[in-house]
Amino acid sequence: MTFTVEIRDLQKHYGTFHALRGVSLEIGQGEVVCIIGPSGSGKSTLLRCINQLETPNAGIVRVNGDIIGYRLEGDELHALPDRSLAQQRSRIGMVFQQFNLFAHKTALENVMEGPVIVRRIAQSEARQRGLELLERVGLADKADSYPAQLSGGQQQRVAIARAMAMDPVLLLFDEPTSALDPELVSEVLQTMRELTKSGLTMIVVTHELGFARDVADRIVFMDQGQIVEAGDARDLLINPRHPRTQEFLAAVRSH
Amino acid sequence: MSHSTKVSHLSGSEKVTYRISGKVHYGRYFSAALIFLGLALIVRAFWVGHIRWELVGDYLFGPSIINGIINTLILTAAAMVVGIVLGLAAALMTLSQNPVLNLSARAYIMVFRSVPVLLQLLIWYNLGLVFPTIGIPGLFSVPTTDVVTPFIASLLAFGIMQGSYTSEVIRAGLLSVSRGQSEAATAIGMTRMQSLRRIIIPQAMVVIIPPIGNEVIGMVKYTSIASIIQYKDVIYSAQTIYYTNGRVIELLMVCAFWYLLVVIVLSILQRYVENYFGRHHKR
Ligand SMILES: Nc1ncnc2c1ncn2[C@@H]1O[C@H](COP(=O)(O)OP(=O)(O)OP(=O)(O)O)[C@@H](O)[C@H]1O
Ligand SMILES: [Mg+2]
Repeated sequence: MTFTVEIRDLQKHYGTFHALRGVSLEIGQGEVVCIIGPSGSGKSTLLRCINQLETPNAGIVRVNGDIIGYRLEGDELHALPDRSLAQQRSRIGMVFQQFNLFAHKTALENVMEGPVIVRRIAQSEARQRGLELLERVGLADKADSYPAQLSGGQQQRVAIARAMAMDPVLLLFDEPTSALDPELVSEVLQTMRELTKSGLTMIVVTHELGFARDVADRIVFMDQGQIVEAGDARDLLINPRHPRTQEFLAAVRSH
Repeated sequence: MSHSTKVSHLSGSEKVTYRISGKVHYGRYFSAALIFLGLALIVRAFWVGHIRWELVGDYLFGPSIINGIINTLILTAAAMVVGIVLGLAAALMTLSQNPVLNLSARAYIMVFRSVPVLLQLLIWYNLGLVFPTIGIPGLFSVPTTDVVTPFIASLLAFGIMQGSYTSEVIRAGLLSVSRGQSEAATAIGMTRMQSLRRIIIPQAMVVIIPPIGNEVIGMVKYTSIASIIQYKDVIYSAQTIYYTNGRVIELLMVCAFWYLLVVIVLSILQRYVENYFGRHHKR
């Protein structure tokens, strides 16, 4: 069986700090995996190493069989030129905690930017597709609004549409609701729930245990740069085996 | 101007009306009077002084003056283009991870911000003293003085000087765009060049444009120094005329008029350009 995502012994150092200490993980086609864990445990670092926003110090990431950032020749890995790495990244969508919508572009332009500039799709086609995607996240009427004119929840839904516009084989979410006011969290989670139905492969870093329980096929618990425990979503939430997982879940729930 | 307005509101069941008197700005009247008096004195001084204003009018649109102001504008535009190109390159170099590029850009900025522009002008213009000919050894060679004309020497001096200042402005502009913007661009598969051109630079413009506008206006006036090395700008043209007819002040007034006009027009343009680049920040 080939996995959509295959992470092998990933290591990341920031100076002397060891942020990822050998992380391995396989994710099947269409699987939704939620990553939970305390602050500083390396969740964001792991996501950012998958699309090479950070370059790992060791280990490899394969997405749909391709090694991200490298070309395998014999038994040697050669770093890919920028352009090829960019092409690989274009199939991996990412949604950020701070939305990061392009501030000088309208919602529709944000969604069209990737298809037009990276994929070189015709404007008219990209526009139509962009409008469809905005409709899908419930923002058809906000197509011409600039990010500063949108609420946090609306911005995040545009960001999701922007990621979807690239027809990703994998979507990465880094705490997509953590920067939102409580009353806006549910609209974004709802949009994400819809996405899981379409069979997309997703990795979601989140503190929303309810969401994780409902939509995740698997939950991964990380601590201190390592995967401590991974398993079926409900199982792990109800019967965490590792004491650190138990501690963490207790702490999150007591809030 | 003491104006009064009436304000009504309900206090309990009774309607109460107050009268509001605006502040009286005594300071404004006083300073206006003072400045008006000062201006009147200056105008009178020039009016009774030894200036023949009708000559100022005659020279204003004289062919060599017009030619001079056009040369001033050409040098300003060309030097700013060189300055912005060099400034952008140097800014990107100082922000790059490559230590060689980084260091060379810093050295460039250091050197050309330290040497006075008049000195640079003279050095470029007298380059022929050091290198009588320039070219590629064995291929071709031409006399330096044929290549380094007053225009080229001025262009190099002002353009290179401007680049060292503009690089700091552009650098600050690029740094003002949050890191998340370039990460989002990278994540959708843009190359570094695409992300710079489409995402970072357009947003940096909001910060870069106002100081560059000021630098253009500064450059209009800087270029007057080029008259020292016989660049035929408006001041050089004026001087050529007054060396023969002695109407010094009249011709200098002509120059002042043109500089004033050019700067006023540029200031108006600057407002439009700033509004254009700042438009997505408005709600
Ligand atoms: N660019 C960096 N330079 C230095 N240290 C970093 C950098 N990025 C992350 N770190 C460190 O690496 C560790 C893991 O960070 P990471 O952002 O992956 O944690 P996280 O699990 O996402 O935490 P949070 O829940 O707070 O987002 C942290 O201790 C952090 O301080
Ligand atoms: Mg994080």
